This record gives sequence, C-alpha cells and structure tokens, in this order.
Amino acid sequence: MKYDIVIIGGGPAGLAAAVAAYDAGSRSILILERDDKLGGILNQCIHNGFGLHTFKEELTGPEYAERFIDQVIERGIEYKLLTMVLAISGDKVITAMNKIDGLFTIEAGAIVLAMGCRERSRGALNIPGFRPAGIYSAGTAQRLVNMEGYMPGRKVVILGSGDIGLIMARRMTLEGAKVQVVAELMPYSGGLKRNIVQCLDDFGIPLKLSHTVVNIEGKERVSGVTIARVDDKNKPIPGTEEHYDCDTLLLSVGLIPENELSRGMGVEINPVTNGPRVNESLETSIPGVFAAGNVLHVHDLVDYVSEEAASAGRAAVAFVEAGGREEARNEIPITFEGGPRYTVPVAIDPKFVGDSLTIRFRVGGVMRDRRVKLILDGDEVVKRRRQVMAPGEMEEIKLTRDMLDKHPDLKTIHIKVEEA
Amino acid sequence: MYDIIIIGAGVTGCAVARFLSRYKAKVCVVERCEDVCCGTSKANSAIVHAGFDAEHGTLMAKMNLQGNLMMPQLAKDLDFAFIQNGSLVVCMSEDDLPRLQKLYENGVANGVEQLEIVDSKRLHELEPNVSSEAVAALWAPTGGIVCPFGYTIALAENANANGVEFKFNTEVKGLSRNENGWAVQTNNGILDTRYVVNAAGLYSDVFHNMVSAKKIHITPRRGDYCLLDRTTGDFVKHTIFQLPGKLGKGVLVSPTVHGNTIVGPTAIDIEDREGVNTTAAGLDDLISKAGTTVDGLPIRQVITSFAGLRAHEDHHEFVLGEVEDAPQFIDCAGIESPGLTSAPAIGVAISDLLRDLMGLEPNPDFIPTRKGILDPKTLSPEEYDELIRRDPTYAQVICRCETVTEGEIIDAIRRPLGAKSLDGVKRRTRAGMGRCQAGFCSPRVMEILARELGVDQSEITKSGGDSKLITGRLKDRI
Repeated sequence: MKYDIVIIGGGPAGLAAAVAAYDAGSRSILILERDDKLGGILNQCIHNGFGLHTFKEELTGPEYAERFIDQVIERGIEYKLLTMVLAISGDKVITAMNKIDGLFTIEAGAIVLAMGCRERSRGALNIPGFRPAGIYSAGTAQRLVNMEGYMPGRKVVILGSGDIGLIMARRMTLEGAKVQVVAELMPYSGGLKRNIVQCLDDFGIPLKLSHTVVNIEGKERVSGVTIARVDDKNKPIPGTEEHYDCDTLLLSVGLIPENELSRGMGVEINPVTNGPRVNESLETSIPGVFAAGNVLHVHDLVDYVSEEAASAGRAAVAFVEAGGREEARNEIPITFEGGPRYTVPVAIDPKFVGDSLTIRFRVGGVMRDRRVKLILDGDEVVKRRRQVMAPGEMEEIKLTRDMLDKHPDLKTIHIKVEEA
Repeated sequence: MYDIIIIGAGVTGCAVARFLSRYKAKVCVVERCEDVCCGTSKANSAIVHAGFDAEHGTLMAKMNLQGNLMMPQLAKDLDFAFIQNGSLVVCMSEDDLPRLQKLYENGVANGVEQLEIVDSKRLHELEPNVSSEAVAALWAPTGGIVCPFGYTIALAENANANGVEFKFNTEVKGLSRNENGWAVQTNNGILDTRYVVNAAGLYSDVFHNMVSAKKIHITPRRGDYCLLDRTTGDFVKHTIFQLPGKLGKGVLVSPTVHGNTIVGPTAIDIEDREGVNTTAAGLDDLISKAGTTVDGLPIRQVITSFAGLRAHEDHHEFVLGEVEDAPQFIDCAGIESPGLTSAPAIGVAISDLLRDLMGLEPNPDFIPTRKGILDPKTLSPEEYDELIRRDPTYAQVICRCETVTEGEIIDAIRRPLGAKSLDGVKRRTRAGMGRCQAGFCSPRVMEILARELGVDQSEITKSGGDSKLITGRLKDRI
C-alpha cells in the first residue's frame, strides 16, 4: 500500500488534518484508527461546550466529531477502522494490522501524527495504600458511564481537577452518585474556569486546592481514602488528614501525549510537553512527519485541536507537492520569559509562514494582570493585556506575514509575559 | 477421598503439584483465592537467585542452588519467561571488601559456579550505570530473572494437565484426623485425604500449629516495590544487589523479563497477613535507598508501586518435611526468598518424599511440557499474518501499552485454570500492565471476560471476591 498522506489516528486532530489535506488538493489520504469508529475520545464526551469557536454553536463531543466525520465521508477520504499501527520506520513505512488486511505495511509520502494522549495513572503518582477495585482514571469512568451504561461507583472522591475529572464530577452526580470532594495537589485547578463553575460550584461539590490523597483503603473494593493538605513542596502536612468513606477514587491528574510511535521512529520529543518538537509547519524533527492535537501538546479546547490539525494537514500536502524535498531551512528558535512553559512551535522559518501563524503556549502558574508581548528583534509587534492567565487554559499569540515582512533579516523571536 | 491435598496455589504449592503429577496419585490443590499466584508469589523481586547468599549448610542454600540449576530447563519445558541475566552484589567501600569476600566464599561452599569478584573497572564495563563510587562486586552469571506469574501459572497448568485438581475460592478452616489421614474442613465442605501438604505461605504457621505441638511462627515481612516504565528496561542488564550490611540487606535494581526496571524491596515487619498496602514512608525509604548502588536511576518513570509480604519464619529457614508429631502432614513452611528460585527443588523433594512415604508409582501418562499463551510478537511478520488469517482476534489489539491482542486474552480465559478476572488476564497476558495501567484496556477486557464467561459485565471482578469493578447499571436505582 502506498499513500501520499497517512494520518495516524481518527480523532478530532486526524479528521481535521484529513479534511484540510483534501481541500488543499491531495487525493491520496488514508486515516488509520484503532477504535471501531472515527471521532476518538469525543465519542465519550457527551457533555456540551464543544465547537463554540469553530461552529459558533455549542455541540456535544459526538456532534462535534460528526461534523468532521461527515466532511471526511463527503470527500470520500479513505480510512481503516480497528487498525492498530504497530510501528513506523524513520523512512515513513508504517506497519499496521487489522482483521481484514492482516499484518501489512504502508509507504507514506508524509505522515500526520494524531494519536492523542492518555491519562496519568495512580501508579505514576506513587499514591500509597492498597490496590483494590474502584480506582479509575476519569476518562475510563467516563467511557464506562457514557458509552457502556455502567456505574463505576456510588460514593466518589476525585483526585485532580483536570477537565475530565470536573466533567465526571458532574456526570456521576447526575447519575445519582455522591461526589464528596475534588482534591487538587496544586494551589490552582488544572481545568477550565467554566468547568469549575458548571461542574463543581453548581452542584455544591467542594474543591480542595493544595490537597492530595495520602492513603487508599480497601482490600478488595475501595472503602475509603485519606486526603491531606500539602506544603509548598507538595509534601503532605501531618495532622491535616481527612478521611472519606467511599467506594470509588477517580483520578484526573494529567494527560500525557502518546508518543510511543513517534519515539520509535526517532522523532525528537520536547520534555516539557512530552510531544514532538515542531517547526512552524508543525513538522517534527523528521522531514515529512507532522504532528497535531493532543499528541503534540495537551489542548484545552477541541476547536484549537481542529485548527492546529488543519494546518498540519495542509503542511503535509505542501511537503508532498514539493516532491518531499526540503529547501534549506533557516529556523529561528522561539524564546520566552516570565510565564510560558513551552511554545508550539519551538522554532520558525519565516519563509514558510503563510498569512499568519498561531503560537500556542501554557503558563506554569496562575498570573493576574499581565501583558503578553511578541518581540521580533527587539520590536514589540504584539502587546496584549491578560487579566488572568492559568495553567489550565492555553494561550495563543498570532504572528502575521506583515510582521515578518517588516523584519526581513529576523534573528530573534521572543515572547515576554510581564506585569501590566 | 484424595491421596494428597495441597493447601495453597502459590509457587510452592503449584511446584509440589507439578512434580507430584509425575506419580500416580489423586491430588487436589485448594486455594482460598480465585486464582493461582495470588499471595507472596505475585509480589516479589522476580529473581532467580544464584545461591551465594543463603548460609552454607542450610536447606535454603541447598534448595536455592538446586532450583537455580533446574530453572533453565524448566522454563523451556513449561514455556515461561526466564532470562539468565546474571547478578552483581555491589560493594561501596574498601572496608566492606572482606564481607564481599565472605559472600563469595559462602557461594563457593554452596556450590555456585562461575562466581567471581570483579574490580571497579570490570564492574563498570559490565554495568555502566552502577555507582561510580562502587569499588568491587560479586558477579554471579548464573543469577536470573523470571516472570513470577507466568512461572507459577505454568507449573499449575502442567500439574492440571497431568491430572491434579484445583479448587479455588476454597479456604481451609480446620484440619482433623480421621482413619485414613485428614478431614480438611473448608468453606466448601469437608475434603478427605491421606496426606496434607502445607504450602500456605503467610498462613503456613497457622496450619502447622493446628496439627503440631511444636509451634512455628511466621512474620509477614512487607516489601514495597516500584516498577518503572519499559523505556527504562536497559538501565541495568544485571540484577544489582547492595552488599548486605549494617543497613540491612538493602534494595535491588533489576531489569524484568518484560523489559521494565524493578526497584525494591523494603523490609518492614508487620502483623496483618493481608497488609499488602504500600505506605508513604515505605516508598520514600525505598526511593532513597535505591539510588545508592546506581547512578541516575530514572525513578520518575515509575508506572506502579506495590507491596508483597514474605513469610518470614523466626529462624529464617525453610521448614520442609513430615511434621514429627503429625504424621501424614507435610510442611512447606517459611518459604521466603529465595523461595521463588527454590520452588522446583522443593517440588522434587516433597514429591519424592511422598512417593517414598506412600509408595507412589510413576505416572505413565506424565506430560513434562506445556505450551504457554502464544505471544504473536514473537512471530515473524509472515507467521503473524498467517495467524491473523486463521484467527482474526489476533489482529485486535486490546492493551495498547503492551500490545496484547484479543486472541491472547481469549486464550488466557479459555485454557484450563483460565483467567476469571481482570488481574487473572493481566498476569497471563500483561494486558493492563503497561504505562497507562489499564486505563484504556480495562473496559475492553471486562467486556471480553463477560462474553467468554457468559456473565453480565457487572459480575466481573478485579481479582475475585468482593472486588467488583462496577456497581451497577445507570438508573438502576430509579
């Protein structure tokens, strides 16, 4: 098998990349999806709030996915379901398998990595205690409730205030479970403000910041957990323990981009995001291999995933159309200070930037009254006031062609966050 | 009426059962849990010890060496994962060299072959990540690592194929004499037997003390462990021990047969025989000690932590053989490290003892080999493709992290003594053992278990008993 563009993953990123690649002229596109339907994790996100930016209306996850799935089908873009990619070689040969084709390989002209992310587990946090049934990551619980109709438990404690955890606090409550508390290690929530209001405050569920689970009880099924306040080094403070009887502990303690395939093919990974290092074209360290969506960096809103993935899809087409040959590149690294933990992309070659380029980043802590500046060779080309910046919300800043044209011999691109 | 009832389906009970199945006898293993390998056998360092550590002249030393020598062939015969990766006991100071020498001499006396004391230069050639401060090491090329689940399950399956019966969820409540031997009272009724083999691990003193006036005492000694992601699998090639010293035996750092790195154990004496909970203090202690013999341990790559309990007998010695004041009652008690290594030797010793005591005849139908669950990852691409054509379930990946297919999971459930729970599937196939710790695959494995076992998904447990994974259907209380 041979395709110009192979997209690994049929979730929101993969779908948007495929549609954009088609619209940019490619007619040789294949999406590989491991699940039995397209749409990825959106299929279990039955709450609303998706698509406000993209479609100017509030959709549920499956509805949002359906809009893109319809576009894929209308365009006749090929896809294979229940297909697991086992490995990708550095020269873009994909080994995959499914029940129909068996074990097979595909030669790709360009690849878009769109595998999404996974949830951090209890083990990764080293939470002490027993290992009974009833400990679920929030996403696993979400799948059980929303797709399979099962209740993972009745009396719940949630650790971590990531968006899925917040959403599940409300969901479990609506299904009759008692969600007693959401404990968050950090002094701020990792989720969107609107989710804290709509999922916790509206239901009277307390959010305890700077708290963590210090013990899990129950030899067969969870029977209780103990939480405690933590100090500024995140160490539990003795004497602050509170015990909760419960049968379930849900974890929403972070998402990790799933880059096993990327690493396997030799793509360079940014240790901050756990996603590939990409340039302005969302191209990884391997020419012709692009990345978008949560495999690249964890997003807050799916709308931005779609937007980013569309750029990756178009860039893949451009790569194929150029015959796969890269012109000599002159990359300028993006530097930053005062708040950002990373940027996507990490570097820019101005000559490959179209009308505009969105630079995305997240900050490392909650910050108020800030000014965000984009500085090209000392020239402040963007200056923007931000009342609140929080790690749970992705920031973006637009670099336009105009700005670049005014700096033909550009040497430095710098983002500065400072007190306003 | 049984000839022999073995209490406990851990590695010792299963090894006795397997070697006993070489003889004609009606044998039954009774196990209180829902599966084999649910106690000490499932949570340990997974090391096949070379045999230099146990004090010369003890049963431990003898069984350890014999078990070590048997392991390579047994692993081939019964198709379980075993790698002879060699071990290194690292000496961190010149002052300790005499103790290293003593350990070497003890090993030589025990009959361990190829032992060698290597200097710092050779040590770092063998193992670059060993602490730069290490001055020497005892190198034991015959040390190895094993999959403790695969190994125990293999012994059990082979015993079962050779006629040994297994009764799960069957807890022994009492033992009384009858005219033939013993009446074994269980939660599932009374079982009559001529002989009893006590392989009850942490509870072996309880059963021993039921029948004998000469009491023994087992202390549950807890060991906390951390398991690191498979990306760390080449951090060390050998099993790295600390030289037992003033600070106790120390913790080891070792690769596992599946390419993870294991760090542990602590040694904390407790009272609760079910106290397999890790504690913050235990994990902190472990992490601080683990760094002493190696440089740059990637401890942040931890994917899970767990605790196991060793059945520590007061005299730190295996208690093997017929109990003096309780004829027809055979002890395999106090089996702590190196118990995993020693199990085959104990199996031979106890089954031969029973042969002599009972006059057992050889089993003419004994099958010495067993085939494990097919791991398609070991096939060539052509073979794998052919397998998928024959059975498409092998194309359906259920566990992404460890690339475990539906075909393997179905095999694990359908085979004799098959998996009945999420943990049963995990221990047989590794589904759920990877870096996401079953986040993605657990709903799928539950679905397959429910389908294969013909029960509702709400009946599926994590590990039997009351460990139900879901508490009902949506709106079932309206």
